[in-house]
Amino acid sequence: MSFLEYAPAPESTSILKLQKSYGLFINGEWVDGGDKSYTTISPSTEKPIAEIAHASAKDVDRAVSAARAAYDTVWSRMSGADRGKYLFRIARLIQERARELAVAETLDNGKPIRETRDVDIPLVAAWFFHYAGWADKLEWAGLGPNPKALGVAGQIIPWNFPLLMLAWKVAPALAAGNTVVLKPAETTPLTALLFADICQQAGLPDGVVNIIPGRGEVAGQALVEHPGVNKIAFTGSTAVGRSIARTIAGTEKKLTLELGGKGANIVFEDAAVDEAVEGIVRGIFFNQGHVCCAGSRLLVQENVHDEIVEKLTRRLGTLRLGDPLDKNTDIGAINSKEQLDRITALANTGESEGAERWTLDCEIPTNGFWFRPTVFTNVATSNTIAREEIFGPVLSVLTFRTAEEAITKANNTPYGLSAGIWTQNASRMLRVADELRAGVIWANTFNQFDPTSPFGGYKESGYGREGGRHGLTAYLSNGDAR
Amino acid sequence: MSRLPVAKTYKLFIGGAFPRSESGRVYDVTSPSGEFIANASKASRKDARDAVVAARAAVAKWSSATAYNRGQVMYRIAEMLEGRSAQFVDEIQKSTGASAKDATTEVNAAIDLLVWYAGWTDKYAQVVGGANPVAGPFFNLSVPEPSGVAFVIAPQGNATLIGLVAAIAPALVTGNTVVALSDESSPCAAMSFAEVIATSDVPGGVVNILTGSPAEIAPWMASHQDVNTVDLGGADAELALACERDAAETLKRVIRPGQFSSTTGSVDRIGAFVETKTVWHTKSLA
Repeated sequence: MSFLEYAPAPESTSILKLQKSYGLFINGEWVDGGDKSYTTISPSTEKPIAEIAHASAKDVDRAVSAARAAYDTVWSRMSGADRGKYLFRIARLIQERARELAVAETLDNGKPIRETRDVDIPLVAAWFFHYAGWADKLEWAGLGPNPKALGVAGQIIPWNFPLLMLAWKVAPALAAGNTVVLKPAETTPLTALLFADICQQAGLPDGVVNIIPGRGEVAGQALVEHPGVNKIAFTGSTAVGRSIARTIAGTEKKLTLELGGKGANIVFEDAAVDEAVEGIVRGIFFNQGHVCCAGSRLLVQENVHDEIVEKLTRRLGTLRLGDPLDKNTDIGAINSKEQLDRITALANTGESEGAERWTLDCEIPTNGFWFRPTVFTNVATSNTIAREEIFGPVLSVLTFRTAEEAITKANNTPYGLSAGIWTQNASRMLRVADELRAGVIWANTFNQFDPTSPFGGYKESGYGREGGRHGLTAYLSNGDAR
Repeated sequence: MSRLPVAKTYKLFIGGAFPRSESGRVYDVTSPSGEFIANASKASRKDARDAVVAARAAVAKWSSATAYNRGQVMYRIAEMLEGRSAQFVDEIQKSTGASAKDATTEVNAAIDLLVWYAGWTDKYAQVVGGANPVAGPFFNLSVPEPSGVAFVIAPQGNATLIGLVAAIAPALVTGNTVVALSDESSPCAAMSFAEVIATSDVPGGVVNILTGSPAEIAPWMASHQDVNTVDLGGADAELALACERDAAETLKRVIRPGQFSSTTGSVDRIGAFVETKTVWHTKSLA
């Protein structure tokens, strides 16, 4: 047994008490869905997990009505302190059920248990805990002395961090006094449905949170178009974000969008090399690269390019790809066949456009959706893989000579979500951070998240921020303050 | 013997210069009673695109100017406007039929509004940004930055001067550059305001002012790839709807009609032209 071989250490799924089928959670009750139901599968095995009801436009209407009634009769009349107490309860229940939620998320999404256990679920609890404390302090949110909730929030979340994205949406909305209708992604509804159960355990009043799995073009569209919705919050693709912005034009609806990215991770010659290599790995191979703020473009100063690439590929050789439930696994499954096909096609385009392809030499399981970590060198700024979001474990490496060139190349994208800077020179770090047109900049680190830290993009990566006071204001209006 | 007055030719204001419309078009500006006042330039799509080019080129300088400097320049605009207030009172009266008292009130309010916004340049970041207490060994700071180039439509048919000032000033506070379209029916005060801007140490291209038809110009700006924010405050409902739809293609930040008062200042309106940047940095003794 070499030092890289480990005995299997799978997390048990016995902690899960899943039902064979799940309905929609509307007004505190489980109800049938009007659209064709869907079997959610585990992307690492393609085995079915449960049958999930899908909401029709009529169901969406029912959910919005429930949310409106809960807003009018209960939630908007409750003191901030009491709203906060419900959120604190939810935070605690998430901590108590953390292992169950981590297993469910890994099963449904395909990401490693190490990540759901150590990143996703702890952050979910932290998000609710943070916003719980805001609920009775809204007059300090910077919107004047009398901030008002918006009403009913329609929230549509992606499949890459299912429960974490739910927390980013639901926690600030409830703290600010809104009620919500949330549509989880088609391929990852499971933890949102378990969250409905947590709401029931917390005794949250009926209709304050409604969870309606469904198809984007049916339930998502109906939610965006619904005249009873005051606010839309969406995380997902830029294409869908555009369509939502177009749809709500001319209405009073407020909108926040967290969309795609093509983050530049810039490594200067004076960077701490080993730490930078860890940061590059964390930037693009964390969560199989299914991260909107991934550092998918590596910009390396020319004179350290060969050294960095050599150390990077050597480090990637130590990553273990396989069963996401195994506690030793670093790289899990791609979330869906559809996404795997897209990654495969884009990687092939990278090769055909002349970039040099390196692929991790590792075995992949027979069933499920898998993509080997891939690094492209010799990438030109005009190449498809340097411009389009791949949303997979594929890194494009480009070079630069001067800081000015690095900044120009980093900003040469319609996106503007994240960027990384690796240098030991603090003055240069601060100046480069000033010049980068991106909403989140990680210097000598990457892919860090915290409920107190605003997150969101410039340009076509969307608008609005999630996290901290900024994220709270996305769910408030200022009354009449100037 | 009465002196024959010298009439002013009203042109556009692009990149710090006063060109005529490249289209050669003008339109009649008349008083409410129909009396001819002046010919105004009727800006074309090309003029608007030129203005965006000028505005984009000016972003680097204006956004990297110190907040203190931006504040002084904006205060300088107020000073210059104050010194020429009689001219603005006269122009507002002629083109809108307002009383001398009402026109004076409007000009004074516009001056005071500029002073108010000028004072925000070096305070806004402190009020809305700051350190975030993240759970880890990181220095984490959020700061507001300008979105870039803004296209703003001044209110149409009312608040001819103050509406324009209220649309331009909040964008300037954080370092955006502006392409503004004036009140179509009374553009004279707007173009005289351009002269105030031109003599206030505002770098060329930071503010560009066009006169002409919102229905003709605004859709080009809403779909323009190099415009970051559109303020549709002066658009009617039909035009605003079309522009908001066009703006969705490039995910522009959009200010809807009625979102802000057209005559008073608003901290939130500064925020409508701002991106929040959050920077994380590791901390260690190593």
